[in-house]
Amino acid sequence: MNSNGWAVEIEDLVKRFGDFVAVDHVSMRVPKGEIFGFLGPNGAGKSTTIRMLCGLLTPTSGSARVNGLDVATEPEQIRRNIGYMSQKFSLYDDLTVEENIDFFGGVYGVPRERRPERRDYVLRMANIEEKRKALTRTLSGGWKQRLALGCAILHDPPVLFLDEPTSGVDPIARAGFWALIHDLSETGHTVFVSTHYMDEAEYCHRLALMYRGKVIALGAPAELKKGLTSHSLLQLDSPHPLEAMRALDHTARVSDVAVFGGGLHVTLGDIDAEGGMARVRQALEAKGIEVTRLERIEPSMEDVFVAMIEAEERKAE
Amino acid sequence: MSYRRLRAVWIKELRHIVRDARSLAMALAVPVMMLVLFGFALSLDVDRIPTLVCDQDGTQASRDLVRQFQGSRYFTITGFVADTGAIDRAIDRSQVLMGVVIPRDYSRDTGLGRQAPVQILLDGSDSNTASIALGYAETLVRNYSLALRSQMQNRRGGGALAPPVDARLRVWYNSSLESKNYVVPGLIAVILMIIAALLTSLTIAREWEMGTMEQILSTPLRPVEMVLGKMLAYFVVGLADAAIAVVVGLGVFQVPLRGSVLLLAVSTCVFLFGALFWGIFVSSAARTQLQAYQIGILTSFLPAFLLSGFVYSIEDMPPVIQLISRIVPARYFVTILKGIFLKGSGMRILWGELGFLALYATIVFLLATRRLNRKLA
Repeated sequence: MNSNGWAVEIEDLVKRFGDFVAVDHVSMRVPKGEIFGFLGPNGAGKSTTIRMLCGLLTPTSGSARVNGLDVATEPEQIRRNIGYMSQKFSLYDDLTVEENIDFFGGVYGVPRERRPERRDYVLRMANIEEKRKALTRTLSGGWKQRLALGCAILHDPPVLFLDEPTSGVDPIARAGFWALIHDLSETGHTVFVSTHYMDEAEYCHRLALMYRGKVIALGAPAELKKGLTSHSLLQLDSPHPLEAMRALDHTARVSDVAVFGGGLHVTLGDIDAEGGMARVRQALEAKGIEVTRLERIEPSMEDVFVAMIEAEERKAE
Repeated sequence: MSYRRLRAVWIKELRHIVRDARSLAMALAVPVMMLVLFGFALSLDVDRIPTLVCDQDGTQASRDLVRQFQGSRYFTITGFVADTGAIDRAIDRSQVLMGVVIPRDYSRDTGLGRQAPVQILLDGSDSNTASIALGYAETLVRNYSLALRSQMQNRRGGGALAPPVDARLRVWYNSSLESKNYVVPGLIAVILMIIAALLTSLTIAREWEMGTMEQILSTPLRPVEMVLGKMLAYFVVGLADAAIAVVVGLGVFQVPLRGSVLLLAVSTCVFLFGALFWGIFVSSAARTQLQAYQIGILTSFLPAFLLSGFVYSIEDMPPVIQLISRIVPARYFVTILKGIFLKGSGMRILWGELGFLALYATIVFLLATRRLNRKLA
């Protein structure tokens, strides 16, 4: 029944809450073993989509299949095949690490004889062995996050849904967490993960950008960056960055100048970077501002998404 | 339904209970406190009524009458006064509850078969106590006056004159008419209802508030397993409470246990099931823990206290209220407990009540499970 190789198939999925359309005709497919990133600002409909895929919400219309199972008609089987980590930390504070693992092992129906093995695996994977007897309340954010992930994979589900798993966790813990996600993907698990940290997008095999209930872009990070045709980005270093900024503020073709590290990021309103660079150099020389470096740079994921969202808003107007 | 998942919930809930030592201590101490407090305070007995005597007759007979009062355990003579005004003042200051005024010529008039009214003055601000005290005093005076009259007439010749009717009352089941015997079994029912509903009223609302419910809903755990697992964990606490209450009732209040202990245990279990399921239902219907707690108190304490017949007799209530009391499970449990403790009633008499409790538990269980199911969509 599940020979098609898709972990998630969404077709024309809609969820309405009264007049509000939270998810607006979304369609996409995620192959098995992929790390699929789900990006977008708060309120874009990411959590609603994930909750429908986990069988926690019923779709208004359209269909979705997880591991070949229909979310509307087979929610019970779906729950055996997924691991879910909700946005809010949701383990029991007053139980120890091991007791939480025991409980979730039980409700996921892990057979008694396999439970010690799964528990040890999770403790090892989450690198949380030394805290096994600690009350969950006493753990810091990074530990809790890893434990929550561990509890969601006790039954070794083929598909994992992680809803903003790294929100509120420090950068080092976040990097460690993404390493775990990669390990899971390498052992054949599909990981469907939402985030609003743009830098995390780079960790994903493929991305979908969701905005106001719609998927406005979908593809591998590199593809999406190449697809950015409405803008180009320049790196500008100068001993007098503030003067340079002021000089460029009213230069034609420059749509934005921002301080970035020690230098400036100059955004051009078109794809013709060479012409733009000449224009910038000209403007700065006219004011006698020295330029130590000026070159075209690869846009960040954030640049890509800001540009796409702006384009989407222009379309709406 | 999977036993494995149910067991996981049960163990997890037991761990919550044990870890929250303060709540557990409360849950076990509250029944004892309530039992002792209500058991002693809710006494409907009138005992050792402080009484002033104004003996205007001053004869052998009137002193004998006073001795009758002194000999009764219902009255305590706190002093003698010369005029009735002193009694009024003492009642006004709440120093005494009752005054007895024996009129001049009491012994002579009584001996002649004439009316010689002994005056009883009472503090009516507690009308219940006052009317009971009046009853005791009237009986005492009437009996003594009758005895006195026949004695005097005997002395003047004539045969012994027996009082026309010699009524002897025999009260069954609670032969000493001690109100504690009546109050304590009912109290056990009320306490268990409150404790059970409160124990469980937070359990699901808390999971929603903490966000753990969202996590649980994504697992294969079914509402049935969750409701049963939670109920069975709190059932352990409820059973401990019941045992404590019965032991205190028997030990401290010396309430007789005339019926079968097994029937007592079985009916307590059935009642606890219903009460615990009710708390879970309230918890799954409420939006917050606070709301769940308030609804839990309101729907357990008030009906159990007022409509169970535990102190307030259901027969004296307006018909509409009587009708409502028919759906209050505590009412049936109060009847069962009084039956087992005081009358030694068995299944043959109590099967109707027990059947209702079982039906109630089943219905509330289905409601709670359905409610939880609906929250999914």
